[in-house]
Amino acid sequence: MATATDDRLFGKSIKRREDPRFITGRGRYTDDLKLPGLTYAAFVRSPHAHARIRGIDTAAAKAHPGVVAIFTGKDMTGVNSLPCGWLLPELKVPPHPPLATDVAQYVGDPVAVVIAGDQETALDAAEKVRVDWQVLPSVTNTDKASAPGAAQLHEVAPNNVAFRWQIGDAAATDAAFKSAATVVKKRIVNQRLVANAMEPRACVARYDTATDELTLWVTSQNPHVHRLLMAAFVLGIDEHKVRVIAPDVGGGFGSKIFLYNEETVCSWASRKIHRPIRWTATRREAFQTDAHGRDHITDAELALSKDGKILGLRVKTIANLGAYLSTFAPAVPTYLYGTLLNGVYEMGAIHADVTGVFTNTTPVDAYRGAGRPEAAYLIERMIEAGAAALKMDVAELRKLNFIPKFADGYQTKVALLYDSGDYGAAFDKLLGMLDYKKFRGEQEAARKQGRLLGLGFSTYIEACSIAPSKVVGSLGAQAGLYESGAVRVHPTGKVTVLTGSHSHGQGHETTFAQLVADQLGIPIEHVDIVHGDTGRVAFGMGTYGSRSASVGGTAILMSLNKIKEKAKKIAAHLLEASAKDIEFEKGQFQVRGARDKAVPFGQVALTAYVPHNYPEGLEPGLEETSFYDPSNFCFPFGAHACVVEVDRETGQVKLLRYLAVDDVGNVINPMIVDGMVHGGIAQGVGQAICEGAVYDDASGQLVTGTMMDYAVPKADMLPMYETDRTVTPTLVNPLGIKGAGETGTIAATPAVVNAVVDALAPLGIDHIEIMPLTAQRVWQVIQGAKGAKGPVGAKA
Amino acid sequence: MYPAAFEYHTPTSVKDALGLLGKLGDDAKILAGGHSLIPMMKLRLAQPKHLVDLRKVPGLAGVKEDKGALAIGAMTTHWQVESSSLVKSKLSVLSEVAGLIGDPAVRNLGTVGGSLAHADPAADWPAIMIALGAEMVCEGAKGRRTVKVDDWFKGLMSTALGDDELLVEVRVPLLAAGTGAAYLKFPHPASRFAVVGVAAAVTLDKQGTCTKVGVGVTGAGTKAVRAKGVEAGCTGKKLDAATIEAAAQKAAEGVDVQADLQGSVEYKSHLCRVFAKRALTEAVKRAS
Repeated sequence: MATATDDRLFGKSIKRREDPRFITGRGRYTDDLKLPGLTYAAFVRSPHAHARIRGIDTAAAKAHPGVVAIFTGKDMTGVNSLPCGWLLPELKVPPHPPLATDVAQYVGDPVAVVIAGDQETALDAAEKVRVDWQVLPSVTNTDKASAPGAAQLHEVAPNNVAFRWQIGDAAATDAAFKSAATVVKKRIVNQRLVANAMEPRACVARYDTATDELTLWVTSQNPHVHRLLMAAFVLGIDEHKVRVIAPDVGGGFGSKIFLYNEETVCSWASRKIHRPIRWTATRREAFQTDAHGRDHITDAELALSKDGKILGLRVKTIANLGAYLSTFAPAVPTYLYGTLLNGVYEMGAIHADVTGVFTNTTPVDAYRGAGRPEAAYLIERMIEAGAAALKMDVAELRKLNFIPKFADGYQTKVALLYDSGDYGAAFDKLLGMLDYKKFRGEQEAARKQGRLLGLGFSTYIEACSIAPSKVVGSLGAQAGLYESGAVRVHPTGKVTVLTGSHSHGQGHETTFAQLVADQLGIPIEHVDIVHGDTGRVAFGMGTYGSRSASVGGTAILMSLNKIKEKAKKIAAHLLEASAKDIEFEKGQFQVRGARDKAVPFGQVALTAYVPHNYPEGLEPGLEETSFYDPSNFCFPFGAHACVVEVDRETGQVKLLRYLAVDDVGNVINPMIVDGMVHGGIAQGVGQAICEGAVYDDASGQLVTGTMMDYAVPKADMLPMYETDRTVTPTLVNPLGIKGAGETGTIAATPAVVNAVVDALAPLGIDHIEIMPLTAQRVWQVIQGAKGAKGPVGAKA
Repeated sequence: MYPAAFEYHTPTSVKDALGLLGKLGDDAKILAGGHSLIPMMKLRLAQPKHLVDLRKVPGLAGVKEDKGALAIGAMTTHWQVESSSLVKSKLSVLSEVAGLIGDPAVRNLGTVGGSLAHADPAADWPAIMIALGAEMVCEGAKGRRTVKVDDWFKGLMSTALGDDELLVEVRVPLLAAGTGAAYLKFPHPASRFAVVGVAAAVTLDKQGTCTKVGVGVTGAGTKAVRAKGVEAGCTGKKLDAATIEAAAQKAAEGVDVQADLQGSVEYKSHLCRVFAKRALTEAVKRAS
């Protein structure tokens, strides 16, 4: 088991090696690429939420000086629909053409592409493309998608229903509710979010007529998945003739996992015009076309015994999937949501019923956390509403229901087998940092002055490094969920690591190098990390779901172990000893217990490539590749708390404190993990108080379509975070790493909302249905409460 | 985010700029700091054929004290006002207002004159200019004229500035003895424009009676307005908490409050009252 000690790189907060190039403007992003003969694409998009295309007149645009080519969907014969990579039973899969041919299904749906010698010309000419639209009625609201008379999107999906999916035991849950002393029922709306990666999506497609090879540079979190989907499923070209490169990528948050229309069209068109084509999204296009996140409406019921034990949880959710099925959309509100509803609590019974619906909106898919934030928010909101109903302390109710500490496996009521956990320990640590009793005293005093001071908790669990391939395949995944890691030791003892994981902010060039340098006892400067290029890395599944360190890191570790085994044989030969007597310590191979009978790592590397004095029958070279397919998910957990004050006059929420205790198992670089927690909390706070994609009900327009309208959290809205960790290593992988990329996002939203509800508790409020908790919404809740007698479930 | 094609002009005198305006007419837009116009052009919501950039016109930027007022050149950036030691010592509330605009990048390019001529309904400057009784100095082919702030804002992004005129200077009277001024706003969570912003300037005599008051409201309606009802509720009175509270109740009167995602008419009207109360309270504290 790897643990942090003073003389080891594993566990050290070394500075990120990639940052000097990022902060001095030397990053190499897709849009920085310059190629001879480069052309530029501009997409003509639907200005309507739902409209039939009666005709497209490109004559005036084609006549615009500098235009190279214009294509519409009708030109793209032989190109398949954009694929859905997760097929639930009886899932309705409508066609998703890269350019809409008959009907545009959301504002931003592309219908034509204009390619020109420069970007301005492409945009000017795109404005001259005339589309004859027949505007159709639209439906954007999740709740109205299946209402009688709602606009219908796809013939294959009557009532706009894409799927219905259930998990848990309905009969046992019904029985639990019958025996309950208290039942709490709440509507919970988890609003739609926009990912807003700092770098907008971009691609450059270059078809080489000489070699018949296509190279695609694209802002991707998983270039091999892009290659597979693009080559085999959509364009029908040979995979080995396609190279996908995801160079420096400026953030993804899930939105860059998926195969999109634009890179498909540019790849196809490059083969037509025999010139490279670049497209870079504007921020407006990013808002309209990057896959959105969340968008659930849920009716949740919690059954409690009179002493506060959780007897049952019943959940009915409508998940808005948008206009088409994005690449992994069906997995998010099902296997990444329903399976997490057990939380960190012992629950008597659970049943969840999820309906996925189509609407005339941007497709919805995984966004940081992907299903798990929706589950954690629901559970944590219901726990606190339950405590209010029982008039129990929220901390006591949690402690009463925590799954007791376990080291190797806890079977939940919703299929998952948790790996290891000590949920009470993380919560106790948090309560200590908070000084819980003291806070309640301060709150009491503040309330006497009429101040609305509130505290909210969130004791969450999440599932990372989704696996194993066999299981996810049986659940509908069209891909494996392993990872590859190759370690190439050069003759000089320097090391190149080729990983299928992809860094778009995570810091792999630092953490993976730490892991390798730690294992081989060599300076970190001797290690280079290569990722994001199907031409260099054999295969990979990419980065999402907090899987890089736990899955990608373990694949690298497996290769390192193979390297060490082979190197021991070489060293044994050089030392005239038996390989089983050789040990590797502090960068040298030595005869067990004899540090003077040793050869350094570098000498072994050189010998492997200059095998003059070499073991009989052993292949020269020192390079190993491994594929790691985990046996299970990993389950990070933790406890967060937020203290807020609500301005009674304006409804504005101010965060006063934010505390987090996370348990992500072992940690390679604490500073990087802290950074991920910090960023994640900011995103979670954003969902709680300011972010939200809003469509106009009548027109179907996205009215929060710019940074002037859509409020991402700003630094001055956030307090200094108080963070700490507990360490409960997983037994799933040999590194004991659970995953850290999404914890903050998952935990923060319920902590903040719970804090606001607690602040408003003296007014009789025990719930607020809809996020974000903008000042107006909170003010309305306060107004509603003033007029009401006794406790009310406030509606906003 | 590329604007449509346009011709770019950089006159080197007010006269030349006015000449271009006269020649090009409606096809031309004046470019000051560009922080309102350029984003509209990038979204292609505005597609002027000609931009007349004032950056090379000398003498339009800077703050000086002149006859009991601060004379602020139209091309003075928000940051120059925010950081000016003259402003800080003579009329510090202007420095505070400047510091609440956008972010440092916006403040380093956006200009006072550009903002007041553009007349965005959610801009910050209009409220304090109304409260302090500023004057706009406009120059046209026939010479200069001065427009009182109460006659300046005509409607949504519309002012008294003639099509053939430039706004060249803003004159803001210095505070009389016993005067306190404050501007408080409820910022839009995304853009940081004022959802509602209220500025108040209060003059108290030795007995603490309000002898003069100015209250400007921005953000809520299609244009910034003077809150006459609030002013009437204050004048001649001792401004204790109850009086301020009562006077502030009139803050939304005369404001054509617009509903949007940030607030219903009811909520924004309420915010006008809350921020009028808070701005008055702070102004009185500073006056005393």
